[in-house]
Amino acid sequence: MKRLLLALCLALAAHLAPAGEAAPLAADPVAEKRLVKLSEQLRCLVCQNQNIADSHAELAEDLRREIRGMIQAGKSDKEIIDFMVARYGDFVLYNPPFKATTVLLWVGPLALMLVGLVALGRYLKQRNQRITDDAPLSDEDAKRAEALLNETKHS
Amino acid sequence: MNRFLWPLLGFIVLVVFLAVGLNLNPRDVPSPLVGKPAPAFALPVLATPDKTFGPKDMAGKVWLLNVWSSWCVSCRQEHPVLVEFSKRASVPLVGLNYKEVRGDGEFDMGKMGPEEEKQLAQKRADQWLTQHGNPYTLSVLDLDGRVGIDYGVYGVPETYVIDKTGTIRMKHTGPITPDVLGGKILPLIGELSK
Repeated sequence: MKRLLLALCLALAAHLAPAGEAAPLAADPVAEKRLVKLSEQLRCLVCQNQNIADSHAELAEDLRREIRGMIQAGKSDKEIIDFMVARYGDFVLYNPPFKATTVLLWVGPLALMLVGLVALGRYLKQRNQRITDDAPLSDEDAKRAEALLNETKHS
Repeated sequence: MNRFLWPLLGFIVLVVFLAVGLNLNPRDVPSPLVGKPAPAFALPVLATPDKTFGPKDMAGKVWLLNVWSSWCVSCRQEHPVLVEFSKRASVPLVGLNYKEVRGDGEFDMGKMGPEEEKQLAQKRADQWLTQHGNPYTLSVLDLDGRVGIDYGVYGVPETYVIDKTGTIRMKHTGPITPDVLGGKILPLIGELSK
C-alpha cells in the first residue's frame, strides 16, 4: 500500500515539476521580492478582488512583466505605482490616496461611528433621567403592593 | 413611535444605499485617460504589415479606437453594431487588435517565434474580419498587449473616442450596444466634429 502511494506521489510530482514557468528574475531575489511587494498593493482589474501578485489573469501576468521590466530599468517604487495609476486610475490601489473623490471612503466610517456614539450618549443620558425621575412609591401604593404580594403567598 | 422611527429610517437609508450600490457596474472603472492625450504608438497595419499607424496620423480628425480580438466573445456581440456604424459613419474607426495569438490561450508561446506569431495573428484577424465583416478603416496589431496597457485596457472590447487634438474624450468598456452608440457616442462625435 505504502509503495503504491509513493509511486502515485512520484508520478504526480513528475507531472507537476515542469509546470512552473521559469521566472526571468529568479536569479535576482531582491528584485523579485520588490515585484511581489509592489504587486500586492495593486488590484487586478480583471478579477477585481485579487491583487496582481495573486491573480492568474493574463492581464496580471502582463502587468507583472511590465513591473519587472521597470524594476530592471531602475525605476523607483513611486514611479512604478504612478505608471499604473496613470493607466488604470486610483482603482488599482488597495490604499487609495486621500482626495476630494475619496473623502467619503476615508471619513465615512469615522463619521458613522461619531453619529453612533452621540446617539448612544444621548440615549444613556435620557435613560438615566427617566430612572431618577421615577419617584419612590407613595404610602398607599406601598400598602397595595404588599397586600398583593401577601395574597399570592397565601394562596 | 419614536422608538421605531429611527431604526426604520436607518433601514430605509441602508436599502437606498444597497439599491444604488448593487446596481452599479463594478466593471465600469472610470478611466484616468479621459481628457488626456491618446498615448502614442506605432504598430503594424493589418492589411499592410510593412506600414505602421499611430494616433498622430489622425491629427485634426475625430476618430474612434476600438479594441478587439478574434477570441473575444463580447466582440462578436458588438460587431454588428460597428458594421452598421461604419456604413453611415462620418468618422474613421480604427481597430486595435489586442493580443490576437497570445490572448487566446490555445498556443504555447514558448515555442512560437515573433515572426510566426505575427503571421498567425494576421491570418486569424483577416479570417475573422472576412467572416464577420470589416467595419474598420484600418486595424493595427498589438501582439504583446503593450499598447493595450498604455491605454488601460483590461477587458476587450473597449472603445475610445478621440478628438481633433488627439485627446481621449470618452472610453467605453464592454460591448457597444445600439443604445450606447446612439445615446452617447454619436452625440459626442457630432459635438466634437463641429
